[in-house]
Amino acid sequence: MDFGLSQEQQMLEQTLLRYAEDHVPTKRVRAIMASDSGHDPALWQGLVELGIPGLLVPDVFGGAGLTLLDVAVAARVLGHGAVPAPFLGTAVMGPVALITAGTPAQQKEWLPRIAAGTTCIGIAATEVVSRREGAGVRDERGALVGKALFVIDSATANAFLVVVDTESLALVPRDAPGVSVETLATVDATRRVGELKLDNVRPADWIGGRGGAAHAIERMLDAGRIVLASDILGACDRALAMAVEYAKQRKQFDRVIGSFQAVKHLCAEMVADLEPARSLVWYAAHAFDAAPHEASLMAAHAKAHLAEVGTALVKTATEIHGGIGFTDDYDLHLWFKRVGLNRQLFGGPDALRAHAAQLQGWDAA
Amino acid sequence: MDLTYGDEYEAFRADVRRFLDEHHQRAPQGAMGLGGRPDAKMLEWQKLLIEHGYAARTTPREYGGYGAEPDLLERVIIDEEFARAGASRGVSGQGPDMLVPTLVEHGTEEQKRAWIAPTIRGEVIWCQGYSEPGSGSDLASLQTRAVVDGDDFVINGQKIWTTSAHFADMMFALVRTEPEPPKHGGISYLLVPMKSPGIDVRPLRTMTGGAEFNEVFFTDVRVPRSNIVGQCGEGWKIANTTLLHERNMLGSSAQLESAFEGLVRLMQQETCNGVRAIDSPLLRDSLLRLQARILAAKYHSMRLLTCGLKREWPGAAALIIKLTGCQLSYDIAALAVDVMGELGVLYHHSKYERAGGLWQFQYMLSIGLIIGGGTAQIQKNIIAERGLGLPREPRVPEKA
Repeated sequence: MDFGLSQEQQMLEQTLLRYAEDHVPTKRVRAIMASDSGHDPALWQGLVELGIPGLLVPDVFGGAGLTLLDVAVAARVLGHGAVPAPFLGTAVMGPVALITAGTPAQQKEWLPRIAAGTTCIGIAATEVVSRREGAGVRDERGALVGKALFVIDSATANAFLVVVDTESLALVPRDAPGVSVETLATVDATRRVGELKLDNVRPADWIGGRGGAAHAIERMLDAGRIVLASDILGACDRALAMAVEYAKQRKQFDRVIGSFQAVKHLCAEMVADLEPARSLVWYAAHAFDAAPHEASLMAAHAKAHLAEVGTALVKTATEIHGGIGFTDDYDLHLWFKRVGLNRQLFGGPDALRAHAAQLQGWDAA
Repeated sequence: MDLTYGDEYEAFRADVRRFLDEHHQRAPQGAMGLGGRPDAKMLEWQKLLIEHGYAARTTPREYGGYGAEPDLLERVIIDEEFARAGASRGVSGQGPDMLVPTLVEHGTEEQKRAWIAPTIRGEVIWCQGYSEPGSGSDLASLQTRAVVDGDDFVINGQKIWTTSAHFADMMFALVRTEPEPPKHGGISYLLVPMKSPGIDVRPLRTMTGGAEFNEVFFTDVRVPRSNIVGQCGEGWKIANTTLLHERNMLGSSAQLESAFEGLVRLMQQETCNGVRAIDSPLLRDSLLRLQARILAAKYHSMRLLTCGLKREWPGAAALIIKLTGCQLSYDIAALAVDVMGELGVLYHHSKYERAGGLWQFQYMLSIGLIIGGGTAQIQKNIIAERGLGLPREPRVPEKA
């Protein structure tokens, strides 16, 4: 019986944490946020040297061949540092789709480039969960038509995995004729999401064959949700630590405010919510590989639950800081906003709970 | 991550199962309630459990226990298998659970020989005399006095929230033996026969309608001085080692999980305006919110078990168990009551009442659980101070 992170996973966590602390201070995060691309090739290269994009990629293709729990460990650290990097699409959802349903040739073509960090993958899958503004991509006699919103890592991607008509997954190079990409400015500038327009685009390839990607899409979304939940976990760890630290230092009425029960109880409530949530994220990530039949349910619950816990936690952490927490200069809002974006991607809590009900046969007969 | 228990422990599990297959017919039905003494069947079952090491497992052999080395996984497996078989765990209560570990650690040889064996066999029933009307969260302010007079202590005062006092043989009590401060250092731990002249036990009816607790009044109650555990003034320290035993108990989520399963069944059965509760989007969303928290609690208890096995102190992650568990228990029952709507408030064996009023009872009882054994607010102080290192609230200077 060993429910927890292995020594190797703890080492991965420590190594990445040290990298983030040494090389990605919030000053650098803010500079990247302010840039047009939202991407810092030197930072990305640093992550490549640590093997981050290739965590899931099998070793025959130059990766580490690890599990989603390893990836979730990395995601927590990236959330903790509000690190701007095209991690979700390139290191998680792209490899999962290719490993699940890619042909050997497709895997051989794409996975080594992913592990080497030379190709970044954007993910256009929002419309599986929520269609808004007339979005959705159709296959019209072999040509892709339509648009996708909230495309993951849109600014950096060299190629996109695009969900077409809900059950197909097309690989579309960014430079294919008819492709246009536009960034959608969200509250969270540490990552770029965008709008992908496809005007009679010939896909380079189909993952799982045309109409045969339902399972790959499901796995890709499950992995994405678990990793987003873990990113929220990291953001919460950081916000909580900042709030507790502040409560130990800030004095009002001649006392540190952390000695007031009104403040310390808020801190206790944050821990009481967050620690079991951490256990849920660990299990969901473990189940993705070890108990695949539970993975979709666990992913839905983990993402929905962390979204709820996370949203409440970053609000409380901000309140504990008082006025300073509301300023732009103070860094706390980086995590407030990171959680804000994570909460909505690939299903907000309500949609995911409805999905979890459906998976258990609890939806209306 | 490895969620298996390993061959050695699976062999142990097989032993437990074999025992239960062979003997479960001799087991008394249901758990030993708070309502009365164990009957003959229960005493017989308890004897069998001790012989096989499924009760008093780690109590030393020379005092009548089974004498096994403490082993967390064995305990978990016994819990799991007895729960699966629906078999009684035998005699429980504050005697075996709290007094016995205290005596093993702090009792004199004479006290150990006198009390441990009959207590684990269920022949001597104990109650705990800690809380007082004026000393709840601030337990160390307790005022029940014990004054030395010849070879006796003479006790005067009042205890409250005393489970089982109306049928207990003995009480282990915290009393003030030193009237002068220090507050904590003036408390002693006494063993008090409940038949002593001057003890008056009155049932304390609670909002659930039941009377699981009592008030106990002491008027010049004489107890031999040899009934003290430890030295005069060591009572607080001794009681806290027992509380530590209690707090080390894992936050098993099994009860929460089974309550949740009951809630799902309820929601699949109950209808309002012809619509099943589980088909109401709003009620179903509330159910799913609870399910996420139950799952989190379940995996969290596995994480804490792992920390226990590795002898790692999980810190704040362990201190939250009472707070979160009691709140979840309340929230499950509260949703069940809402699912039934008007029917949810039926009680007192009313017509149309569901499950004997159990959900409403549980709904009210869980408020008692949130308060008892350290209120939610005290728990939050503990989490913040011991788990996060936040400073204590400054004390108000005592009046001159």
